[in-house]
Amino acid sequence: MKTETLLERESASLGRRSFLRYAGAGLAGVGILAAGACKKDEPGDQYNSGAIDIGAQSDFAILNYAYALEQLEAAFYTQVAANMYTGATADEVALLTDIRDHEIAHREFFKAALGSKALQALTPDFTAVNFTSKASVLATAQAFEDLGVSAYNGVGYMIKSADYLTLAGKIVSVEARHAAYIRNLLNPGSFADSTILDGFGMDKVSTIPVVLKTANTFLKTKVSASAYGYTA
Amino acid sequence: MNLFNIIEEIEKVDPEFTDRISPRRAAIKNITGFGSKVAIAAMPFAFATLFKKAYGETATIPVNDVLNFALKLEYLEAAFYNAGAASALSFSTLEKSYVTTIQGHENAHVTFLKSVLGGAAVSQTSQGTAGIYDFTAGGTFSTVFTSVDTFFAVAQALEDTGVRAYKGQAPNLMGNAVALSAALNIHSVEARHAAAVRQLRRSRGGAGATTKPWITGANDTGITAVNGNYAGEDNVIQGPVTITSLPGVGANISVNAATQSFDEPLTMAQVLPLVTPFGVK
Repeated sequence: MKTETLLERESASLGRRSFLRYAGAGLAGVGILAAGACKKDEPGDQYNSGAIDIGAQSDFAILNYAYALEQLEAAFYTQVAANMYTGATADEVALLTDIRDHEIAHREFFKAALGSKALQALTPDFTAVNFTSKASVLATAQAFEDLGVSAYNGVGYMIKSADYLTLAGKIVSVEARHAAYIRNLLNPGSFADSTILDGFGMDKVSTIPVVLKTANTFLKTKVSASAYGYTA
Repeated sequence: MNLFNIIEEIEKVDPEFTDRISPRRAAIKNITGFGSKVAIAAMPFAFATLFKKAYGETATIPVNDVLNFALKLEYLEAAFYNAGAASALSFSTLEKSYVTTIQGHENAHVTFLKSVLGGAAVSQTSQGTAGIYDFTAGGTFSTVFTSVDTFFAVAQALEDTGVRAYKGQAPNLMGNAVALSAALNIHSVEARHAAAVRQLRRSRGGAGATTKPWITGANDTGITAVNGNYAGEDNVIQGPVTITSLPGVGANISVNAATQSFDEPLTMAQVLPLVTPFGVK
């Protein structure tokens, strides 16, 4: 049994649609997918689009996927903390600076752990964010944190190494803590509301294509995951 | 070529997922169901080995044991918030809304786990004394239902411990992707709860005034009775990497940031003694 089944319980139409889009109709796509899985791409390969690819399906690809998201989050909070939005309280400054340091710790951890297999440094694009506006900054932060939680949860079952799975688990719960804090800042009591949870009080997951599509809107360096059905 | 990848993709178009979501069904039935959708005989011989690997692996700890462990913790949490919500505790409107939100989730987790386990589920009445817990934990938290501060302190310890417990079980569910994903999706919600309760304690001031939504060092609750619940949270070495040796802003990453940025797991054997005083068996 694989997680896609559970995932589709929650977002059936989206998962189905995105699958069909790249695989062709139904099972006719199996041959295509088999070919896709045979690609010998390595992390960091540049395709014609100029995007960086996380590489062939492997734990390293998943870790690089996480590394890309942590790079994005760290860059965002670095900019937030360097120039706090108008009207930030001392408490908000302190805790958002904490979050910056956590995301930097995550980014630097993946960079060190991946070593030579690590993706290159990504260049963010935060032109859509108004860093002087509390509403803009926190809405972006909430989107990043919820996205991060759903992304880690969505790939947990693909991880082959128990050590890496545990490490991902150590990080995702901290992202969930961030998400809860940011959500409550924006809208007290929304720390785990029905927009992000399913009817069983469980976080909804996001697939790699869904996550990267969103993440790429905040990246000048686009990230692809061709072996997982997404090319930027 | 990774055949596992292909299987994962095939399953995306297999509509019978709701049937297979239950680990109670025998693995062979999963294969049969699958075969009815795809002409399995026409597939390469390699798939037979693949299915054996996918469905035939036996985890060190049976999946149902892991799920029952989770169910026992969810029974405890659900009963705790049910009792808190029904108590005469003088919550603010916002605090009460947090309690009822979390209460709803914990009860939903119970419903989910019971439905997955079916007849294998441990009964709630097997816990505590005929299903009744001692939330004072033998008198340690004697004011749990008369002091809002105590109630949230116990809530925080239960949530943080729940996060650690689920995290510790993830590797035991690696052979069952559906169960693993479900556990992970509950795990992060428990972390959201923990952060929210911690925020409430921070805003209430007093003993909890310095509490942050994340765990700093080991036991940062100010309550020595829960030292064991936080043992090991002060770890700064993750895999091969010493986090405090990594570059932060202006200096290496601080010990506080290093401990806050990674939550630590607990094993089943570590968790059970922590919840036994409440009546978990």
